[in-house]
Amino acid sequence: MDLTAIIIAACIVGAVGLLAGVLLGVAGEKFKVAVDEKEIQVRECLPGNNCGACGFPGCDGLAAAIAKGTAPAGGCPVGGAPVAARIAEIVGGDTEASVRKVAHVRCAGDCNKAKDVYEYVGPKDCRIAANTPGGGPKGCAKGCLGFGSCVAACEFGAITIVDGIAHIDPALCRSCTKCTAVCPRGIIEMVPEDAGAIVNCNSNLFGKDIKEVCAAGCIGCGLCARNCPTGAITVEDHLAKVNFELCTGCGTCKEKCPVKIIE
Amino acid sequence: MKHTFKGGIHPYEGKNLTEDKDIKEFRPKGDMVYPVSQHIGAPAKPLVKKGDQVLVGQLIAEAGGFVSAGIHSSVSGTVKAIESRLTSAGTKVNSIVIENDGEFRSVEFEPDDTPLAELTRETVIEKIKAAGIVGMGGAGFPTHVKLSPKDLSAIDHIIVNASECEPYLTSDYRRLMEQPDEVIEGLRIVLAIFPGAKGIIAIEDNKPEAIRSLKEKLAGDERISVHSMKTKYPEGAERQLIYANTGRLINSGMLPADAGCIVHNVDTIHAIYDAVRLGKPLTSRVVTVTGDAIMEPANFLVPIGSSTQELIEAAGGFLNPPEKLISGGPMMGKAIYDTSIPITKGSSAVLALTKDEVAEYEEGPCIRCGKCIEVCPGRVMPEHLANLALQGDFEAFQKYNGMECCECGCCSYVCPAKRHLTQIIAGTRKEILAKRKK
Repeated sequence: MDLTAIIIAACIVGAVGLLAGVLLGVAGEKFKVAVDEKEIQVRECLPGNNCGACGFPGCDGLAAAIAKGTAPAGGCPVGGAPVAARIAEIVGGDTEASVRKVAHVRCAGDCNKAKDVYEYVGPKDCRIAANTPGGGPKGCAKGCLGFGSCVAACEFGAITIVDGIAHIDPALCRSCTKCTAVCPRGIIEMVPEDAGAIVNCNSNLFGKDIKEVCAAGCIGCGLCARNCPTGAITVEDHLAKVNFELCTGCGTCKEKCPVKIIE
Repeated sequence: MKHTFKGGIHPYEGKNLTEDKDIKEFRPKGDMVYPVSQHIGAPAKPLVKKGDQVLVGQLIAEAGGFVSAGIHSSVSGTVKAIESRLTSAGTKVNSIVIENDGEFRSVEFEPDDTPLAELTRETVIEKIKAAGIVGMGGAGFPTHVKLSPKDLSAIDHIIVNASECEPYLTSDYRRLMEQPDEVIEGLRIVLAIFPGAKGIIAIEDNKPEAIRSLKEKLAGDERISVHSMKTKYPEGAERQLIYANTGRLINSGMLPADAGCIVHNVDTIHAIYDAVRLGKPLTSRVVTVTGDAIMEPANFLVPIGSSTQELIEAAGGFLNPPEKLISGGPMMGKAIYDTSIPITKGSSAVLALTKDEVAEYEEGPCIRCGKCIEVCPGRVMPEHLANLALQGDFEAFQKYNGMECCECGCCSYVCPAKRHLTQIIAGTRKEILAKRKK
């Protein structure tokens, strides 16, 4: 074999490579996009799971917004207070992070307390079951169906089905709100992590009617509202509701509730 | 060539249980329940209050808008309550409850013998509206709205849907066998207000007796023809029926009127006859009570508002404990879990089965055989739609024409893996429609 052919080929490839390298180097300097130092630092603080719960297109989007000052330092609901504190150090400003919110299932009607009125045959998916006659087999049309659409939606493994209803572990919840969006009955609500009292019922049925279908339903008696020292509880449309800003977590309502559904 | 469409299935018919049984008049004894929503559109507004005396044929709730229909009492008695009661859809609906005195005292009806040529459009529509007639095939679309399309001259076919493709159901067939003259007159009344239209009575060819008798009666009639349709489910689905009879295709965004057609159920046409000729409002319908769990399957003329429980008792009660109760036919009817529900304008049958074939099998994975696509009369891909639905990808679901599904159930019926395809697609359609409304 002719050695010169190989040497010529190697030289050409080498020369092309050198030329391309020089060109790239020049172009890299000339067309450089200025990146905000802060943005890179903020991005490093964020969790990086790109869940979109903040309302921006992924963590990069939020980092850019925080660096520009259009989003607050505590804008990442997943990271919570520690991340907010670190970001605040970088961008300066308000270090006080808001109280972390966690998802909570407002239903206590498990399979022992709320009976199914018929046998459901079909895909184990709440969204499909909710469109069958009566909105699913559960006697209560507002209660947790327990087929676990929220479990499938949760990326952090925070939700489990216990006795036929969903339970969310507040420690694992990353506040991404995917479960609240997927639940066909809208019974998952974002509540402050330190909420003093939560009413575990979503039904607006009249006391007698809810008693027929669930032993753990809010009957709208109003005992909690009357006994609350700070007036944090109101009963609207046969359902008690807690105003978390006024609630001091004294626990009076929990004692007074005849169906024991305030936790 | 037979009138037919692409796709469809041949389920077990089960019509032999009741097809030769004459329509018996059923006289309820217990309380009557009239849900204010027995139709598509605005709920009716109750006109009576607790303690009022009512007579058969008395208007007890007026139409709540243009797309709505009034409701008439089918018994005489006292209004007991206006409260929410369970209906066949499984939800509680505000209902007028009347304590039946068992005497069936009636208001006076005014018969009308005006010759067909002199009937005006306004009087016919007015009488139909006053009689509270809605589509009695199940959907319950108010008939006066259906008969008032935007462009009257565009309507060239009035189709009487007598195909009754749902297994077990024989109510329309018995109506045709026992009262063909009334049905024909009813159709002539509708044709009288659509001068440019032709009448078609579409019957599946598994009812040769009905086809023969109607053809004899209509011999020499140039405006009305009797079409013998190939026996196949869902031959009686509106879109398939229109295609089979006229070759015109419509989609979910169109109305039959866009294809120049108006389709009426046999019982609806009969109710139009009653309303225009006898002045009688819609207070009863033919209901088939059947299934292998029923002692004596039969066809009944049932006052609307009767309790399903009483009706089952009139058919001799249960022969065997039923495993599944259905309001309507087995393919598109609604499974019910309580026999206290009332018979409404759209209840064509009460079906009690000793075997729940759906619950009997475990759902398996799709084996990609494509049978569901083959049988789908809506010409969509059920397996693909079901997968998209389960993934929650509603955008792709609509892109692949998921909204064209008519929920006939053919895909679920034919699926060898026993996947609940119709249920998944129907549930997702409902969710998307609900989201669109928001």
